[in-house]
Amino acid sequence: MTGTDQPLIRLTGVGKSHGAVIALRDVDLEASAGEVTCVLGDNGAGKSTLIKIVAGLHRHDTGTYEVQGEKVEFGSPREALDRGIATVYQDLAVVPLMPVWRNFFLGSEKRRRFGRLDIVSMRETARREMAAMGVDLRDVDQPIGTLSGGERQCVAIARAVHFGARALVLDEPTAALGVKQAGVVLRYIVRARERGLAVVFITHNPHHAYPVGDRFLILNRGRSIGDHNKDEITREELTALMAGGGELEELARELDVAGD
Amino acid sequence: MTRAASSGVAEPPVAGPGPDERLARRSPLRRLLGRPELGALLGAVALFVFFSVVADAFLRAGSFSTVLYASSTFGIMAVGVSLLMIGGEFDLSAGVLVTSSALIAALTAYQLTLNVWAGVAISLVLTLALGAANGLLYVRTRLPSFIVTLATFFMLAGLNLGVTKALTGNVASDSVRDMDGFDSARAVFASDMDVLGVNVRITVLWWLLFVAVATWILLRTRTGNWIFAVGGSADSARAVGVPVDRVKIGLFMGVAFCAWFSGMHLVFAFATVQSGEGVGNEFLYIICAVIGGCLLTGGYGSAIGAAIGAFIFGMTNKGIVYAEWNPDWFRFFLGAMLLIATVVNLAVRRRVERTS
Repeated sequence: MTGTDQPLIRLTGVGKSHGAVIALRDVDLEASAGEVTCVLGDNGAGKSTLIKIVAGLHRHDTGTYEVQGEKVEFGSPREALDRGIATVYQDLAVVPLMPVWRNFFLGSEKRRRFGRLDIVSMRETARREMAAMGVDLRDVDQPIGTLSGGERQCVAIARAVHFGARALVLDEPTAALGVKQAGVVLRYIVRARERGLAVVFITHNPHHAYPVGDRFLILNRGRSIGDHNKDEITREELTALMAGGGELEELARELDVAGD
Repeated sequence: MTRAASSGVAEPPVAGPGPDERLARRSPLRRLLGRPELGALLGAVALFVFFSVVADAFLRAGSFSTVLYASSTFGIMAVGVSLLMIGGEFDLSAGVLVTSSALIAALTAYQLTLNVWAGVAISLVLTLALGAANGLLYVRTRLPSFIVTLATFFMLAGLNLGVTKALTGNVASDSVRDMDGFDSARAVFASDMDVLGVNVRITVLWWLLFVAVATWILLRTRTGNWIFAVGGSADSARAVGVPVDRVKIGLFMGVAFCAWFSGMHLVFAFATVQSGEGVGNEFLYIICAVIGGCLLTGGYGSAIGAAIGAFIFGMTNKGIVYAEWNPDWFRFFLGAMLLIATVVNLAVRRRVERTS
């Protein structure tokens, strides 16, 4: 059942509505180990809804969700985590006022006898894992709010990797970052892929998606409007598709005319 | 959270991964300044010196024991209230809950002619249930805890008075002084002893014990980690698997436990309970916690700080009397201290959260 040819995550015909609003309709998504699957779409395309289903925050209304070929219905993010699916949210799911190491282990604290926290080991592990990701934190006791956006992103990714994530879901990790910091994060995505993780990378920026992605799923208004391997599509086609294809050409023509 | 997400935008890009040169600026002194208790500690020392100078009676052993006693009665409640505030919530019913708890014990024991320890146990169960009810109401309705507990505050205040009058025909409970178990219960909740010539009320020892336990929980257990997390950012905590609702309900029950203990002290110190007492005290507990460095917005603070806050409260409360000033001014000083403490806390938070 758990053969290596099975994708780690497979969503088939998944739909979700919030009351009268259909947020997602008939969407397929696959993510395999050692691959980066990019989910692209404009604001309101249904990216967040899709990610919340994968992460276990929402339950899908229609379709199936399989993890290694096994059907699942997650009731909470905890259950998804237990299956090795870790999600790093746009707002990073960190508590700004808490020290880096407490954030690193939040929800998965190491304990010794009588429920006492194993602080020495948690501090050391946090420092080591961050170093492995290429961030040398001298002081893991500083509040995580004092780190830069890219570094915070890195803490969240390192945390997921440390806790045995086999699939990493990244929700707009580069959206709020400057050019250089976004580059740093993209490098971690590649590093996570090299470590054999299945990465689902959500973004609205095709220029961030194309260099690191192996497959591209493009959403528009809650529907899938394209699912391509990297060799099937160029960066320009991806950009055009994302912006709604014809719409962009029309816009270009319009602007050209206006410029004359 | 939005602050955390957007802070990267305005920032000058940092060149790649590697040591952050800004870390070097975090000296040991700055780290000390970042402790939540520090402001309160300096304030306590200043007040102590101040009253020692202006009030001759202040330094006498007897006065000191009075100050400690006043501090402990508020300090015990401040323990629960500060943990709840670190967890991001308020409990405005905490003041009358103490009276409710005391009334439950005194009324059930007297009306049913039980051993007072039975009343103590029934009170513990019912008070914890009231705390859980506060928590559940908050979790279920998603209303601000300020509103939920404001409602329960009035409901409890009305119940205290109504039930007591209905049962006793009086605004106070009947005396339980002559009932079985009173002496042993008094020994636990309201006795005193001599320590090196100073009369120490047992509540002072309980207070110190509660502060120690709360501090251990906050800094050395998973529960403590979760308390900071649900107060600092409940959504983030939920996303990494922290049972946010359970933690919050537990914190309301922690306040209830402290209220039960304070209530038992009332019962066995005075034998009768005035049903109208306790109104307004909830703000004093919150003041103790805030002076001690707890942020009103949650996620930051300490039980030791709240204890120092309670000590400041006790010193001011009694110090004004020893200085032979008009005690009418006490509330003015309390308000002024709250204002100063909040301004200091705000500065601390800004420094801690500063990301540029």
